[in-house]
Amino acid sequence: MSASTNTRAQPGSTVLWEKGDAAGHDMLGTRTFGFWLYMLTDAMVYAALFAAFGVLAHNAGLTSKSMLASVFDAQAAYRDTIVLFTSVLAYGYAMVALKKGSRGGVAIGTAVAMILGLVFLAMVGSDLERLFSQGIVPQLNGFLSIVFTLIIYHALHIIVGALWMLVMLMQMGRDGFTSNVVYRLINLRIFWHFQAVIWVLLFVFVYLQGKII
Amino acid sequence: MFVHLQGPWNPVWGRLSLQAIPYQNPILLGTFTFAMIAALAIVGAVVYFRAGPYLWREWFTTVDHKKIGVMYCLLGLVMLFRGFADALMIRTQQAIAVGPHSPGYLGALHGYLTPFHIGQVYTAHGLIMVVFAATPLLVGIMNIVVPLQIGARDMAYPYLNALGFWLTAAAGALVMLSLFVGNFAHGGWYGFLPLFELPYSPGVGVDYWMWAFQLSAVGTTMGSINLIATIVKMRAPGMTWMRMPIFTWASLSTNLIALTSFPVLMVSLALIGLDRYFGTHFYTAGQGGNLMLYNDLFWVWGHPEVYFLILPAFGMMSEIIPTFSEKTLFGYATMVVASFAIGGVSWGVWLHHFFTMAAEPSVNSFYSVTTMLVGIPTGVKVFNWIFTMYRGRVRFELPMLWALLALFLLLVGGMTGMMNAFATSDYMWHNGVFVVAHFHMMVLLIAASIFGGVEYWFPKVFGFKLEQRWGKWFFWFMVLGTAWVFVPMFILGFAGMTRRLDYIPVTQWAPYLRVMLVGMAFYVMALGFFVAHLYVSLRDRVKNRVGADPWGTTRNLEWMTHSPVPAYNFAYIPHVHARDEWAWRKEHGMASLGNESFEDIHMPRNTGVPVLLGGLAFVLCFALVWRIWWLAAAGLGAVVLVIILRSFARDTDEVIPAKTVAGVEGGAQDALPAPARG
Repeated sequence: MSASTNTRAQPGSTVLWEKGDAAGHDMLGTRTFGFWLYMLTDAMVYAALFAAFGVLAHNAGLTSKSMLASVFDAQAAYRDTIVLFTSVLAYGYAMVALKKGSRGGVAIGTAVAMILGLVFLAMVGSDLERLFSQGIVPQLNGFLSIVFTLIIYHALHIIVGALWMLVMLMQMGRDGFTSNVVYRLINLRIFWHFQAVIWVLLFVFVYLQGKII
Repeated sequence: MFVHLQGPWNPVWGRLSLQAIPYQNPILLGTFTFAMIAALAIVGAVVYFRAGPYLWREWFTTVDHKKIGVMYCLLGLVMLFRGFADALMIRTQQAIAVGPHSPGYLGALHGYLTPFHIGQVYTAHGLIMVVFAATPLLVGIMNIVVPLQIGARDMAYPYLNALGFWLTAAAGALVMLSLFVGNFAHGGWYGFLPLFELPYSPGVGVDYWMWAFQLSAVGTTMGSINLIATIVKMRAPGMTWMRMPIFTWASLSTNLIALTSFPVLMVSLALIGLDRYFGTHFYTAGQGGNLMLYNDLFWVWGHPEVYFLILPAFGMMSEIIPTFSEKTLFGYATMVVASFAIGGVSWGVWLHHFFTMAAEPSVNSFYSVTTMLVGIPTGVKVFNWIFTMYRGRVRFELPMLWALLALFLLLVGGMTGMMNAFATSDYMWHNGVFVVAHFHMMVLLIAASIFGGVEYWFPKVFGFKLEQRWGKWFFWFMVLGTAWVFVPMFILGFAGMTRRLDYIPVTQWAPYLRVMLVGMAFYVMALGFFVAHLYVSLRDRVKNRVGADPWGTTRNLEWMTHSPVPAYNFAYIPHVHARDEWAWRKEHGMASLGNESFEDIHMPRNTGVPVLLGGLAFVLCFALVWRIWWLAAAGLGAVVLVIILRSFARDTDEVIPAKTVAGVEGGAQDALPAPARG
């Protein structure tokens, strides 16, 4: 079918051009859409890392599970989880405050989320410190290499997220809720939830696996 | 924390020392001289014409998608030249180093390249052609054409777009630098594990390879996010999904592939990095490492990457063939479905790169079948193009010639690809030159489409047509070269020649290898004609000036605006009424209905931050290659700081006043020709 036979139109009555400045489009929508795309790439990074985890755990065989059970502290990880999820909850409240347009609410929620994120970081850090001091290091074998890589790559997200929150607090203080600040806050929500989802996977595959399965 | 190195290292210079500069190698010395003369000529010209501020203002700091696209294409062409020089060296070496009595020069036992040197040459050839020539050229063309085709003023993220380009350019610079400082990886462009582990490749070659690859992957991923968001979010009113031009569809499919596959490449390379820098055991032969993990991760990216390259090529063919057949594209909907089918299947075929690596028969069979499945949507495309030409008024202008060459090469490459898809027969010629000849057919089809696309869209970007005479010489010598190089290569593949040989033990192959060298001579002449083609076109640019629609029978939105395209693309955003909107308007006598009054246009302001970040990324990667830790830390810190500081910038937009727009439009309005035919 020729596309040009779709419709018959008269030059006089056909709208050919969009008047008015349409260049802006839907700024918030475009920015968050792109950030979802970015999140997809990060999800693919984790997909590849977890695939490597599966392969290298298979290599290690039965020892992988006993290693997980004896080396990693599930109860400490449970405490980490509570802290991290409280942080996500606090950021959720910040987003509720954003809908109401409350600058103070957003600031408090973000600050609490940031501090809890840093607390989580310190807890994971001390846990890693303890393992390293016992000689349990990524260089020991392929399985530990991937386990520590997963944990540290997730921790990197916490560092980036906390830095991002700090920047947002400053920009909010300076500019208020401009469209730049708002889309960044919304994207940060996507990012912060995403890392929490990844933590769930880490908790299940690394910290719990040796305990219950 | 870091692994113990075998060689010397000091805290200030890392592994860098004067010994890293290969001044004793006459070939590299010659290359260095050539590069320096070229660089001096360019710098001299810039200083003489006082072009520095202009270049900085209009090009280096630009966020205009067309200019970024042009810079991508220039980068691609420079790297294409480098990759071609590598190919020339491989072919010459293989033509000389045949049999035990073959002569040796320049310290090589046979031929003139030592095994270590030719190893670097073919690694660089592969990496450069795939990642630094074809990819930038295609990304560049998508950058230029997609926003115009969907009736947008700019892309979704102009700043990210510039950043993606400068990261890619930094990666290309890193590869080039490895020529003169240190060396390059010598084990093949896709890496071999555990050969690429530190104990077996203790030099910096693998690090250069890894960081350049990684950096370009980051750049391409950014580009893909930008292009997808542009296509999804920035289409002109009335442009529904099924009114989108096929090239835009192909770009969407191809960038979805990039978006999902490049992160996997980053992981596969990063894990090599962890092994090499921290001594982990992802890919080591012992201690719980797994070599096949690398092959799987790499080719999970690697095969989708092939389709990432070929889909825009198909898209360009789908634009060129209807224009020069003076017909609408046959089977639009099937073309869309086929593009996405190819994109989808690309994720399920990677194992065919290592059928021989002891997977179960059921696994090999599965990947055999999925590989053959690719032939179905590709076949649909081939028939669509043929039916588009059928009963059309085919004009054999240069873009059409290239598109037809691409179609022909697709048939040759596709058929031999089907032969490779059989796991059983693949056992016979795995890692042989039959496979090499096959995938060169495919990448040459991509190259042919690129040349066709450049010929086709050049007048849109620069406002004048490329001349035809030298262009045809260029075309026919490319055809000759391709035939003379790759027909013997197919034959040698059947004869059992394996790839990447620095010395050929079988003297009976000598005639074929020399025929291939003749083919290379044709390619060299083609390069000369290409230069003449560009020179004559530039010289006669005033004579060859064209209006909005230089080919007369074009169909899509990009031909509706002026040539060269103004910074804002469209003075007014067009309303789209049909598939092939421009053809529709011409048919209904609405081609010349312009506007009289103009409005202010908001555009993003130029910024030097992307080029700064590109430079910092280059410093960071260079420091990591040479293990200069303080410099790496400083580079990383600077990158983070610049990104944060940039986020505080408020003044990132500017307004093009209505008066300026009216000036541009008024001047150009007369150049709009009456539609010729169609």
